[in-house]
Amino acid sequence: MTEPQPHEIPREIDRSHMQVSDEVAIEIASMNKWFGSFHVLRDINMSVNRGERIVICGPSGSGKSTLIRCINRLEEHQSGRIVVDGTELTSDVKNIDKVRSEVGMVFQHFNLFPHLTILENCTLAPIWVRKIPKKDAEETAMHFLEKVKIPEQALKYPGQLSGGQQQRVAIARSLCMRPRIMLFDEPTSALDPEMIKEVLDTMISLAEDGMTMLVVTHEMGFAQAVANRVVFMDQGQIVEQNEPKAFFNNPQSDRTKLFLSQILGH
Amino acid sequence: MANAADPPKGSFRLSMLVYDTRYRSITIQIVALFLFMALAAWLVDNTIQNLRTLGKDFNFSFLWSRAGYDINQRLVEYTNDSSHGRAMLVGLLNTLLLAFISCVTATIVGVLAGVARLSKNWIVARLMTVYVEAFRNIPLLLWIVVFFAVMTESMPAPSAFRGDDPAASMLMFDTVAVTNRGVYIPEPLFYRSLGDIDLGIFLVSVDLLAIIAALVLGFYVNRAIVNRATRIQEATGIRPTTWWQSILALFGPVIALLVALGFHLGYPELKGFNFGGGTHLRNSLIALWAALTIYTGAFIAENVRAGILAISRGQTEAAFALGLRPGRTMSLVILPQALRVIIPPLISQYLNITKNTSLALAVGYMDLRSTLGGITINQTGRELEGMLLMMLIYLIISLSISAVMNVYNRSVKLKER
Amino acid sequence: MAQEYSYVRTEMLPEQEPPSNAIGALVWVRENLFSGPLNTILTLASIAVVWWIVSHMSGWFLNSVWQAGSLAECREILDGATGACFAVITDRWEQLLYGFYPSEFYWRPNLTLLLMLVALAPVLFPGVPRRLFWFSAVYPAIGFWLLWGGSIWPPLVVLAAFPVAFVVYRLLEPVNGILAAVAALVAPVLWWFLFAAPIGGALAAILPGTLEPVASDLFGGFMLSIIIGVTGIALSLPLGILLALGRQSDLIFIKTICVGFIEFIRGVPLITLLFTASLLLNYFLPPGTNFDIILRVVIMVTFFAAAYMAEVIRGGLAALPRGQYEAADALGLDYWRAQRLIILPQALKISIPGIVNTFIGLFKDTTLVVFIGLLDPIGLSNAIRATTEWNGVYWELFVFIGLCFFIFCFGMSRYSMYLERRLKTDHR
Repeated sequence: MTEPQPHEIPREIDRSHMQVSDEVAIEIASMNKWFGSFHVLRDINMSVNRGERIVICGPSGSGKSTLIRCINRLEEHQSGRIVVDGTELTSDVKNIDKVRSEVGMVFQHFNLFPHLTILENCTLAPIWVRKIPKKDAEETAMHFLEKVKIPEQALKYPGQLSGGQQQRVAIARSLCMRPRIMLFDEPTSALDPEMIKEVLDTMISLAEDGMTMLVVTHEMGFAQAVANRVVFMDQGQIVEQNEPKAFFNNPQSDRTKLFLSQILGH
Repeated sequence: MANAADPPKGSFRLSMLVYDTRYRSITIQIVALFLFMALAAWLVDNTIQNLRTLGKDFNFSFLWSRAGYDINQRLVEYTNDSSHGRAMLVGLLNTLLLAFISCVTATIVGVLAGVARLSKNWIVARLMTVYVEAFRNIPLLLWIVVFFAVMTESMPAPSAFRGDDPAASMLMFDTVAVTNRGVYIPEPLFYRSLGDIDLGIFLVSVDLLAIIAALVLGFYVNRAIVNRATRIQEATGIRPTTWWQSILALFGPVIALLVALGFHLGYPELKGFNFGGGTHLRNSLIALWAALTIYTGAFIAENVRAGILAISRGQTEAAFALGLRPGRTMSLVILPQALRVIIPPLISQYLNITKNTSLALAVGYMDLRSTLGGITINQTGRELEGMLLMMLIYLIISLSISAVMNVYNRSVKLKER
Repeated sequence: MAQEYSYVRTEMLPEQEPPSNAIGALVWVRENLFSGPLNTILTLASIAVVWWIVSHMSGWFLNSVWQAGSLAECREILDGATGACFAVITDRWEQLLYGFYPSEFYWRPNLTLLLMLVALAPVLFPGVPRRLFWFSAVYPAIGFWLLWGGSIWPPLVVLAAFPVAFVVYRLLEPVNGILAAVAALVAPVLWWFLFAAPIGGALAAILPGTLEPVASDLFGGFMLSIIIGVTGIALSLPLGILLALGRQSDLIFIKTICVGFIEFIRGVPLITLLFTASLLLNYFLPPGTNFDIILRVVIMVTFFAAAYMAEVIRGGLAALPRGQYEAADALGLDYWRAQRLIILPQALKISIPGIVNTFIGLFKDTTLVVFIGLLDPIGLSNAIRATTEWNGVYWELFVFIGLCFFIFCFGMSRYSMYLERRLKTDHR
């Protein structure tokens, strides 16, 4: 019997919209990536359907962050194929732009723009990329700021907010571009414990709305409650993946068992 | 009975002056004040005694007496009958001119070198590193002397341009002559000049004022165009292309004015043993300008590089992840943040340039120090007054530049908790 | 529809070589040098510039004449070809290094330089035995005596003021801390004005230990630059620390004086301060005092560098988290102990790049003494170019001087990088 997880999700989750469709959102086939001569991602094969909530976990250095950064071309892969929403990721700039406007990303260190207000952070991309008039962009921004529950901070600057508030703003900022897929790169790792809950709550409500999500995280409580698939990576390759219940209660590979004992055992 | 919660009572004791924190700071300061005043009094007393022994007094009347020496480069009227005060003014204007043009060119060189040093092109980055390291580690005075020596010893004499088969030829379609007496470039002339205004101290060319007015007008028109474009973008989302309008607005008025005034160039021509016509830029000015530009440019390059590197990679990645193109990312996200880090040290470098102009005496350029702090005090023997006046003027210039920097810093300060 | 997700990898994949079109020298060249039209143009232009410089300079360098008596002789030997006349260096290198110092005494500056390196070793490098610090403490007197000559006792007696202050402080401290501090400040002054001369004279009568005196105006060349530079650096650091602390102080008067001093020094060019040293200091001191010119220059240069140093250290102090000050207070440390043990070590570590930059700037600024008649390398080069034999030579001299400065200053900046790396104890 495992110990109580850190950050058990105490609230009720509305699963009415959390449905996985048959449509394929992301297709990764035989993808390999090298950093110089270091083989960081080895023969990745993965298919993500719309509506899936995938948690990717693994020891540090296993390539999980690199994997999701390849999906929006922040990193380039050297062999194999990545197809996002029907668009293949190549060095063609038009394809990259198309993919990036459909895929939102939330970073470990928030990366808000410190010289702009919260509102301006959220309206920057819609105005300059989607060419939306300022009024409409601000309306959308306020809508999403309310969704992440900090509409009153709209005119403040990032330096005036706490870590948890900043990360929620980062989520709202990505949502303002109305992406169909959201990537999370260790969103709560840089936060103080008391702020992790508010960010996880925000991510849960995103899942409740049916968003397709890939989350790299160590928050196993979140995985158990919300994910429909858990992927374990080690040494740049996918070692095991399964539904959360099966994954946590019945890990098959020895590496998975070792990792779970380390992360859950304290 | 004394309660622990009661504040300590007691009469004032002398040792409290030293031990009680309430009085201690005042005591120390009063003692320091006394020591300072004693020191000041001693210095002033010494000075008075020394002046009396040497038979000198302390006044500035020498500023109104005849100077008696020539200044070969000047922005205002000056002859050797003019007063020392006027010589000081000429020197000051020369200092400011040299500082201004050096600041402009040093910024251009520094920004280009700093950006180039960050380039992915290995050769360009290494070349810039060599440039920066070479110039930062060798004294400015040496560079000034080197450039001056190159100009005076390596360049051909004007007589070499003579004859049917000259040893040297002019550059840029025969408009620029580089000789060992200086560089001759075309000068601006007006057929229908508007004349000059006499301000008493010096003459101001109305043509120059008109050109400046035209530039300012163009600047404001351009700003109106940009603001209009922003309003349209906010309303509809599409930003109209304005670059051709901006060019027209910035340069149109000036070009129209120049045509109206009958602008043409006067070219330097070889007359006898020397060049006549055109504008004569002497070697000293060229050497100082070049040395200050390239030397300070190296330091500015480092500031620019540090400023751009100070912006974390995450900012670029977040902007890319949102779909912003590299150009927009640079102008909307990176540059505003980088400028905050770059501009304060940049203004410090401008301060350094202004102070380094005082090295002009090494090559004979008559700046403030060469006139007031050089020939004038040599001739009149008024070292004390001259030095103090000179230091005061430099101090005023420096403090003004620092004040500008402080104003800038306060206005762009990032708001934090 | 629920899908079949479960998957277990049975065998881990080994590491593989990246495809040939992703790695290799050719790929590096293509990506770094020719990745786009602009880059290609830049690369070709840079190669052209480098080629032009190297081809012109190598011809000049390789064809150099090292032995000749004058420029005219050089030209004869070269016989029309372009080449460098480094003979001027072989002829005049002693002058460039030592100025007009009498050549029979060259062993003295050489020994001084060597001993300076020995004295600096424990300060700069951690592995050196700590006992050497005693030598470093006495070195200023020894160095002064070796260079200027005269009896050894005056400099030693002047230096002895510091141990005297220390002894006085220790003796009086149990009685009263404040009294001890004041006495420790007054004692050296009294020592210098009242006791130094008689004691020095008495010791000199017993044990002469004199060297032939050499006047200050014979000093010149790189020796002069190093003397002014090293002394200025050594003295400006403690003064700069005091100024920075004063500027941070809560005592308004002290703060005002420090701010005024710093802003004044930073607002005027160094040349004006050097002029003050050579012309004006005589006005401010009692009639009849006559300071040695090099000493005056060192004082001014020290003030100048200390003001800039104070700003750099102020930045370091500001970068320190407030918690450090509060922790020191909470531990019960008084102001000076807190500064010495906790605040200053951290602030100085942060400021190392700025401090070394100030040092490098100071060393380069020593060339400005040419304007007050002292013969630094540039002044000497002007003098050499004015002689009949070497009139017209300039590149060779400038290359030599520039190279020497470059080696010194570049060495200092490399040392600062080494120091930063070594002191990187805070982040793993």
